Amino acid sequence: MKSTFIIYRYDPAVDTEAHYQQYTLETEPTDKILDCLNRIRWEQDPTLAYRFSCAHGICGSDALVINGRIELACQKLIRDFRTANNFVIEPLPLFNVIKDLVVDLNPFFEKHRHVRPYLISDTEAPERERLQESDNQSFFEPALRCILCASCTAACPISRANPDYFGPAALLRSFRYLFDSRDTATGSRLAQIDSPDGIWGCRTMWWCTDVCPKGIPVTKCLGQIKRLVKEKEKTKT
Amino acid sequence: MNHQYDVVIVGAGLAGLRAAIELGEDTRTAVISKVFATRSHSGAAQGGIGAALGNEEEDHWKWHMFDTVKGSDYLGDQDAIEIFTRDAPRTIYELEHMGVPFNRTSDGRIAQRAFGGHTSNFGKAPIKRACYAADRTGRVILDTLWEKCLQRGIDFFNEFQIMNLTVRDGQCCGVTAYELANGTLHHFHSKAVLLATGGAGKIYRTSSNAFASTGDGMAIAFRAGAALEDMEFVQFHPTGIYKLGILISEAARGEGGVLHNNEGERFMERYAPVIKDLAPRDMVSRCILREIQSGRGIDGKDYVFLDLTHLGEEVISGKLSEISGFARTYAGVDVTKDPIPVQPTCHYMMGGIATDTDGRVMIDDQDQTIAGLYAAGECACVSVHGANRLGCNSLLDVLVFGRRAGRSIRRYIHTIGFPSISGDDPTGETAEQIACLMDSTGEERSSTIRTEMQEIMMDNVSVFRHGDALFKVMDKLRRLKERCRYISIKDKGRCFNRDLLDAMEVGYMLDLAETITLGALNRTESRGAHFREDYPDRDDKHWLVHSLFRYAGLKPPHFLTKPVNITDFEPQERKY
Repeated sequence: MKSTFIIYRYDPAVDTEAHYQQYTLETEPTDKILDCLNRIRWEQDPTLAYRFSCAHGICGSDALVINGRIELACQKLIRDFRTANNFVIEPLPLFNVIKDLVVDLNPFFEKHRHVRPYLISDTEAPERERLQESDNQSFFEPALRCILCASCTAACPISRANPDYFGPAALLRSFRYLFDSRDTATGSRLAQIDSPDGIWGCRTMWWCTDVCPKGIPVTKCLGQIKRLVKEKEKTKT
Repeated sequence: MNHQYDVVIVGAGLAGLRAAIELGEDTRTAVISKVFATRSHSGAAQGGIGAALGNEEEDHWKWHMFDTVKGSDYLGDQDAIEIFTRDAPRTIYELEHMGVPFNRTSDGRIAQRAFGGHTSNFGKAPIKRACYAADRTGRVILDTLWEKCLQRGIDFFNEFQIMNLTVRDGQCCGVTAYELANGTLHHFHSKAVLLATGGAGKIYRTSSNAFASTGDGMAIAFRAGAALEDMEFVQFHPTGIYKLGILISEAARGEGGVLHNNEGERFMERYAPVIKDLAPRDMVSRCILREIQSGRGIDGKDYVFLDLTHLGEEVISGKLSEISGFARTYAGVDVTKDPIPVQPTCHYMMGGIATDTDGRVMIDDQDQTIAGLYAAGECACVSVHGANRLGCNSLLDVLVFGRRAGRSIRRYIHTIGFPSISGDDPTGETAEQIACLMDSTGEERSSTIRTEMQEIMMDNVSVFRHGDALFKVMDKLRRLKERCRYISIKDKGRCFNRDLLDAMEVGYMLDLAETITLGALNRTESRGAHFREDYPDRDDKHWLVHSLFRYAGLKPPHFLTKPVNITDFEPQERKY
C-alpha cells in the first residue's frame, strides 16, 4: 500500500519559517509510524530530524502529533489509523522546535525537577527494606507507568495558556511521592503545589488523560492531590 | 568548547547513574549521554533483579552464586560472581531506601518471583529470587536513580555523543564529545573516565535493543587499546515478539507462562525436565529453534507460542501489564485469550570491555590497565555472566559493578592531579574524522551497510553457528568495513545530524561484529550462548578460558585467551 507522509520541516540554519514536505512510501498495515520515519530518513531524506530510541513505547523519546493527535510514533501502526494512507506528522505543540520534529524539552524537565521528584524521608532507613502495603503501592502505581514523553503537558490547554503552570507530568510525579507511604515530606510538597500555578492550575479538562500513551488516568491522579489538599486544610481548621 | 571535571561518566543508564551517585558530592562529575538520560536502554529491563533475600522462600547467596556459575556454563569468574551475589541483597535494600517502588508481599516486604535458571539448593527446583516492580523494573530504577542525581545536582550533558577518548602516556584523561543539537565538539578534561555505554544488540537484524545500542563505548575503548573479552557470547532472548523482536519478559514464564509448539506440546518438558520453561535463555532459544527446524513451528513458520491465557486477569494486570500492552499493540494479541507468537531475539552482550571487579579496564591477558579508564554495565565484561547470563542478573550487574567502579574511581582521583593534556587541541583528531566523513564523495549509504551487516550476523553468527559460514562472514565484514570508507553524509547541517552519527555507529558495530565472529570462529566448542554445529560439545580441556581481543587497525583483531577464575564450583555437565 502506498502511504503519503506530510511532515513538518524546519531547519534553523536555512529556514526562516517552517514548511511541510511530502514523502511517499510503500507500507504494510503492521508498520509502526516510527518505521516509516526511519525509512524516509534512510532511503529518501537523511536530513529529517526526530527523536527515537527503544521503539516500543518505553523510553518516551518519540511523542509527536500524528494526524492532529499526540501519539508515540513507535506505538502507532499504520493499521491503527482510519485515514489509512495519509499522515500529517508534526512536532509536539507547546515546546520550541529545534529542528523538524525535535523540540526543546528543557522547560518540561525543569518543571519535573522543581517538584522534588525523589523520596524524602526523615526516618532512618532500616537494615532491610522499609515495609509498605501492597494497597498503598497500587494506589500510586499508575504514576509509575509514566515515561516522561511530555505528551500530557504538550496537550494541556492550561500549560499552553500559562507558562508557569507546573503541568500534568510534573504534578503526576508529585502524586507519586505524595502517596508513597515511605515519603514524609507531604506537608512541604503540598505547600509547594497548593497554588494557582500548582495543582489548582488543573481545570480537569482531561486532555492529559486522553493522550497518555501509557493509559495513565492523569486527571484522576491530580484530582486525588486536590482532595488531599482539602483534607489537610480541614484537619488544620 | 572545553570542560574540566574530576570524573566523566559516559552513558546515563543504570551503571553510569549508580556510579555517579557513588562518587559523592565532593567530586565534580559530568554524565554525558547520547540520548536524554531517562531514554537509556536500562529502562527497557522488565522482569526483575535477582537477590537471595529469601522473602518468599528460603534462599542463600551461595545458591545464587551456583546458579550464576552454572548458568555461565562455568565461564564466569567465580571470585567476581561471589562478590556479585553476596552484594545483591544490600543492593536491593539500597534501591528500596532510595525509593524504588518494588512490588510487595502480603506482609509488606519486597515480593520476589521465579526466573530462568534460578534454583534452590544447587539446582533442585525453581526459586523465587527476582525482585520486581510489575514488568517495568528497569524503568522505575532508572527513574529513581536519575531523580537522585537531580537531587545531587550532577551535571548532565544530554544528547552528547562520545567520539574519542583522550589517552596520553597510557593514562586516560578525558573524552571528546559531539553535541547533537548544534554539532559543537566538546572536550571534557578529567582525572578518570567511566564508560557505561551499554550493549550493541543493533548488530543483529532481530533485536530487543534500542536504536541507541550500537556499542559505541566498547568500540571506542577497543580502538584506544582496551581489550574486549568473550565477545562471541551474545544472548538471544527466547521470547521476542515474532518478526519484531520486542521483548516479552522471562517473568511471563516466571509467573507460570508456558511455551507450546504447533502440536500444543509444552516442549520444554522434554529438554529440561526439572525446571522446564524456566531453563536458562541459551537453552530455551536453542530448543525453540530446534522445534522450528523439526517442523513444529506454528503454521510451519519460524515461531512458537508463549501461552499466558491460564494466568488470570489479576496476574496479567498487576505483574505483566507492560508486556500485555506490547502484545496488544504490536501483535494484536489479547494475552488473556490468545498465545503470543514468539521467536528468539538478540538481547544482551555477555562480552565487553575487559575489566576487573573494580571496573578498571584491562589491555591484555596480564591484567595491565589503562590508568584512569573504567567500564561498567553491559559494555563491560567482569566477567560474571560468562557464556550465558541468567535473567535478572543484568540489573544486578549494572548496580553492583556501577557502584564498585564509582567507589574505586573515587579512591583513584584523590591520589592524582589533573593529567596534562597540553600540546595540540584534544578535539583535533575528532574534528578531522568528522571533516573527512562530511567531505566524502563516496556513493555508499550507512543504512545499506548496516542492513547487510545485520542480515549476515543474524543468519550466520546468532544462535547456531558453523565454522564454514563464520569463515566467510569474516571476509564479508572486511568488505563492509572497506565500503565504510565510501559512505557519504548527505546531511551537511550541524543541527541533529543523525546521518553523521549513523555513519559513526555502523563503524563501531562492524568492529564489534568482527570480534564476535572471530571469537565464534576460534572457539571450537559449544558453551552457553555460543553453539557450534560442527563442535556441539563443551571442551573444557581447551576452551575453559576467556577470549580476549586486541585492536589491530586494518588487520583482524589479535586473539588471546585468559584463564577462568574457579573457586568453589568445579565444572560439571550442565543439565536442568
